[in-house]
Amino acid sequence: MTPLLELKNVSRFFGGLAALTDVSFDVRKDEILGLIGPNGAGKTTLFNVVNGFYAPSKGEVFFKGSRISGLKPHRICALGMARTFQVVKPLQRMSVLDNVIASAFLRAKNKAEAEAIATEVLLLTGLNDDRDVISKGLPLGKRKRLEIARALATKPELILLDESFAGLNPTEQNESIEIIRNIKGNSITIMIIEHNMKVIMSISDRIMVLNYGEKIAEGSPDEIRNNPLVIEAYLGETQNA
Amino acid sequence: MKKLAPALIIAALAMLPLIGLNTYLLHILIITIMWSIIGMAWNLLGGFCGQVSFGHAAFFGVGAYTSGILYHKLGLSAWWGMPVSIVVVALFALVIGFICLRLRGPFFALGTLAVGVILRITAENLTGITEGNLGIMIRERTWVDKTWYFYIILTLAVLVFILIKKIIGSKLGYYFVAIREDQDAAESLGIDTTFYKTIALCLSAVITGLAGAFYTSYMGYIDPKVVFALHDISIVVIMVVMVGGVATYWGPIIGSAIMVLLAELIRSIPKLGAAHLTLFGLLLIVIIIFLPNGIIGDIPKLKRLLGFRKSL
Repeated sequence: MTPLLELKNVSRFFGGLAALTDVSFDVRKDEILGLIGPNGAGKTTLFNVVNGFYAPSKGEVFFKGSRISGLKPHRICALGMARTFQVVKPLQRMSVLDNVIASAFLRAKNKAEAEAIATEVLLLTGLNDDRDVISKGLPLGKRKRLEIARALATKPELILLDESFAGLNPTEQNESIEIIRNIKGNSITIMIIEHNMKVIMSISDRIMVLNYGEKIAEGSPDEIRNNPLVIEAYLGETQNA
Repeated sequence: MKKLAPALIIAALAMLPLIGLNTYLLHILIITIMWSIIGMAWNLLGGFCGQVSFGHAAFFGVGAYTSGILYHKLGLSAWWGMPVSIVVVALFALVIGFICLRLRGPFFALGTLAVGVILRITAENLTGITEGNLGIMIRERTWVDKTWYFYIILTLAVLVFILIKKIIGSKLGYYFVAIREDQDAAESLGIDTTFYKTIALCLSAVITGLAGAFYTSYMGYIDPKVVFALHDISIVVIMVVMVGGVATYWGPIIGSAIMVLLAELIRSIPKLGAAHLTLFGLLLIVIIIFLPNGIIGDIPKLKRLLGFRKSL
């Protein structure tokens, strides 16, 4: 079976800086793949390459078996891949509902249909009570969820979540974990960047670790927890006198 | 009641010539309505889609010259300029869009500013086609009386108003506003931002061009300094929208009424007339500081301010 998303030897350079070096991996259908790594490891750059904001400097990206590297983000989104942003980008002067309607128009034929999709997604993400709030006025936790809602409204097969838990309090984190389980229940495949180890270990089926733009480990949460390379990347080299 | 308001306003406007307005007042009305059309066009691109143009005189001028050249070179009625300008201006906007819409924010504004100036200079020098600074004179006026000009421009304004309202309520409108609010987010939500910005530009340009084509028939004379003017057209249209209310339906209409009346008022004051641009500049500063959303956009604030004064 071909994987849903496949990266083959992807590198991305910014001038002389290698943000990603020779990264290969695949995302299988219906799984949750966690992506972790220290700050500046290249996680968001990897999302930007997958989602089309950056073309890879080397290597290729395949989605549902066809090559997508070099396509523009809107084309990749139309093929069935959506993403959220680490630094949230709500359409500020639009209401929550209008934000989601704007993205639902990708699949909807008319406004009534777009509104139906939007309402469904807002219920799933627990934002329906805030539907008429102008999104500028939303607290951070809800803005993060709005990012997810907007991505879901494009009816993706694969959703890339970039630190959807950062800055949330424990209650909000639990709500978001619940939402992500619901998304998976709707047979949407998820790739997620997350710093919170408790969250990522509990929801991921597999985890991939980046450090200095290179993949240093991949495996089940238990394997990653005990991987010496990963411990070293996070805690620093052990000093052997 | 609120639904009836537009219909009532149109009916009242349509009755006006019947009560025997003098020619001067009718002229002011026609110019006001023409400016509200240009304002609505600019607002579609600049207000709703967030692409601020400093070169709308380019589209106005191309529309005006389409009419002028059809009359002057082909001997057709200048009225043919209105349908023909739709095609000419749309093609022209596609070319401009291809160049300028790669630029974002202030760079787009500067790009369009340059386009406006380039066109004025081109029209001044292409004497074989445009007669250069001599301008083009329409010798046979269709009507001596202004009544029919008034009904034509009023009809056009109503159609444009309805068109823009329909667009903003549809998928196109949502996409335009999404692009204004965050282009990267819009792109990642599956919106082809280049394509939809081009549509906004073409629609805006065509509507502005129609006003230009009407201007030729109505005024009977055009020259490059007038129809491609940076300060008298490109800048004034921005002021019309800023004063009335950016990204509102009624803003350009209120804004054009204020700007046209103000310009006439200032011109009628001896010794002050030449300073009308200075006063426009001052007005813009006041509006930006106190009513950043324009008169329509800041209605709640205005009500509060007025109520506050009453209670004193």
